[in-house]
Amino acid sequence: MKRDAEFMPSCPIPITEYPHVLMAHGGGGRLMHQLIEKVFLSSFDNPILATRHDSATINPGGSRLAFTTDSYVVQPLFFPGGDIGTLAINGTVNDLAMSGARPLFLSAAFIIEEGFSMESLWRIAQSMRKAASEARVELVTGDTKVVDHGKGDGVFVNTAGIGRIEHSLVIAPSSVRPGDSILLSGDIGRHGIAVMAAREGLAFETTIESDCAPLADLVIQLLEAGIEIHCLRDLTRGGLASALVEIVEDTRYCIHLNESVIPIHEDVQGACEILGLDPLYVANEGRFVCILPKADAQRALHLMRSHSIGAEAVVAGDVTDGSPGRVTMTSRIGVERIVDMLSGEQLPRIC
Amino acid sequence: MKYIDEYRDAEGARSYAAALAKITTRPWTIMEICGGQTHTIVRYGLDELLPPTITLVHGPGCPVCVTPVELIEKAIQIAARGEVIFCSFGDMLRVPGLNRDLLSVKATGGDVRIVYSPLDALQIARDNPGKQVVFFAVGFETTAPANAMAVFQAKRQGITNFSLLVSHVLVPPAMEAILSSPRNLVRGFLAAGHVCTVMGYTEYEPIARNYHVPIVVTGFEPLDILQGITMCVRQLEEGRSEVENQYTRSVRREGNRPAQDLIREVFEITPRRWRGIGEIAASGLKLTAPYAEFDAEARFGLANQHIDESPECRSGLILQGILKPFECAAFGARCTPEHPLGATMVSSEGACAAYYRYRRDQRATTAAIGEGEDR
Repeated sequence: MKRDAEFMPSCPIPITEYPHVLMAHGGGGRLMHQLIEKVFLSSFDNPILATRHDSATINPGGSRLAFTTDSYVVQPLFFPGGDIGTLAINGTVNDLAMSGARPLFLSAAFIIEEGFSMESLWRIAQSMRKAASEARVELVTGDTKVVDHGKGDGVFVNTAGIGRIEHSLVIAPSSVRPGDSILLSGDIGRHGIAVMAAREGLAFETTIESDCAPLADLVIQLLEAGIEIHCLRDLTRGGLASALVEIVEDTRYCIHLNESVIPIHEDVQGACEILGLDPLYVANEGRFVCILPKADAQRALHLMRSHSIGAEAVVAGDVTDGSPGRVTMTSRIGVERIVDMLSGEQLPRIC
Repeated sequence: MKYIDEYRDAEGARSYAAALAKITTRPWTIMEICGGQTHTIVRYGLDELLPPTITLVHGPGCPVCVTPVELIEKAIQIAARGEVIFCSFGDMLRVPGLNRDLLSVKATGGDVRIVYSPLDALQIARDNPGKQVVFFAVGFETTAPANAMAVFQAKRQGITNFSLLVSHVLVPPAMEAILSSPRNLVRGFLAAGHVCTVMGYTEYEPIARNYHVPIVVTGFEPLDILQGITMCVRQLEEGRSEVENQYTRSVRREGNRPAQDLIREVFEITPRRWRGIGEIAASGLKLTAPYAEFDAEARFGLANQHIDESPECRSGLILQGILKPFECAAFGARCTPEHPLGATMVSSEGACAAYYRYRRDQRATTAAIGEGEDR
């Protein structure tokens, strides 16, 4: 009985609303945030977790380390510009980078479905080796499980990573101040559209490749140049819009964007027009925003543009003390509107 | 991006706004029919560029919003069956039926798939001969030709495991229903450009004549809509009530004849219930007798099932342009995109969702003004 009491507390999500987990609960939007808050944060409550950063900052024995984990379930496993292996390395490297940490060591765990092609597994492993070498991290521990046919989707990969924090800044939403500039490291939407185009059932042809890339090198260059970074966020699931809403939601400030400067490649824009998607919400795997004092913005922009992954970087907006906790945007025709987080996944429109 | 950026140009928008301010001498209420137009208006803030005497109200042209709860329930019942692969456009999946949506059916094991075309659903039927593949055929005249084509091909190719759950609606009868209402405030319409691309606009000519309302066939980009509004206001100011075509790059007066022929071959006109509004005579499409075997309602024995709607949601008033989203007490409080009370909050094209997403900060001030008006 005691066991029941421990493991079956009354569910805080009203049962009448969603008694089952939906895909939208993993979509990076509001439903996922509710799920995390109500189920996980309330269960594992501690001050480090409560920062809700991409990676946790821990201080064992006086050193400052960043620690993170992420699981990769992308379909298809191979897509233009990368595969689940490159994602699994770069995604975790980037989560560490968003703390301003230098990524050092990664673990990798594979959940493989019975019958999965050995050749594909080899290709994925080689992609991971290459990506790890580019990101200058070592894969030092791992795990392998095989599940019955039909109980997985080819292969799922989990990676965890540790990085060393060599700066003394607090890189977090709490450091953001009015007057700060928002730097965007490049064009948006390529990863999401590349994966969607490659996905079974969506037969449109495109040359769009994922932007999947490691971000740590550029971030460390910014830090070493003495740029006073206030906050970093990579623009994965949920895209630019969700990342900025997450940053600003619990602050007293407003992030203001200028729609006309946000770089979007023409083929991505075209695919979004056809599918009725908003590129602001489409996933990226090699893009981030950097929030920093305006005085440092031009110097940081120059550094970004000199780096291969930041060639198209822009100052996309600024932090104001306007509507607290909101992201707003001046539309291309000059009128202001709210940029909100989506409730679940973006669903293609009817007409 | 070529052919898009030209229609989203700030300079052009300002000059239309200036031209509109010059010709407007009186208050006018104009309804844009289509949910796609509503979203452009709210997303780009077009209504804020207009002279304050021009009020835009948002019409019933969101197919997701007007699909009656009865059909959503039937979709849910069909999708939950083990032998069925249920295919739908993405935005239908989150629309609540009586107590759950299609996403919940998927989460509990139903094979519910998002497709981008009914012909993709037909291909799924070819690939899965042991399954019943059902496509949720919602939408206005815009989506009717492709849905008709799917059934047409299924019949020609002898694909018997394919059927349509039909919820097609037609624009002109809804416009007449709005104009006939004693509470009607609408003095002019922006007709939906893509509906007219298929159907042309001859059927709007008697409406303009009989109800003395200008109707401007309008596109979906910001400058399209500003130009459409300008054309509509000019007619109103000059006392004209004609059908004009702003969207000439897509629409011809006679429309797309082969598409119309296909619609007539496969579908016939029927009365249809509209969510939040009720039944409108001759306002929908159903399969004709030669194609009746592809009717999912009949195939799964649901033809005689009738389900009434919850009286709580006021989306019907929103869909008729009588109530603005922020004038509803539930808006943004008990009714949000995560917990929608009605379809106008669920659909990405719904008026309530558009206001929630882009405008909810203005709610307090604008609602106060709204309540002060004599409606």
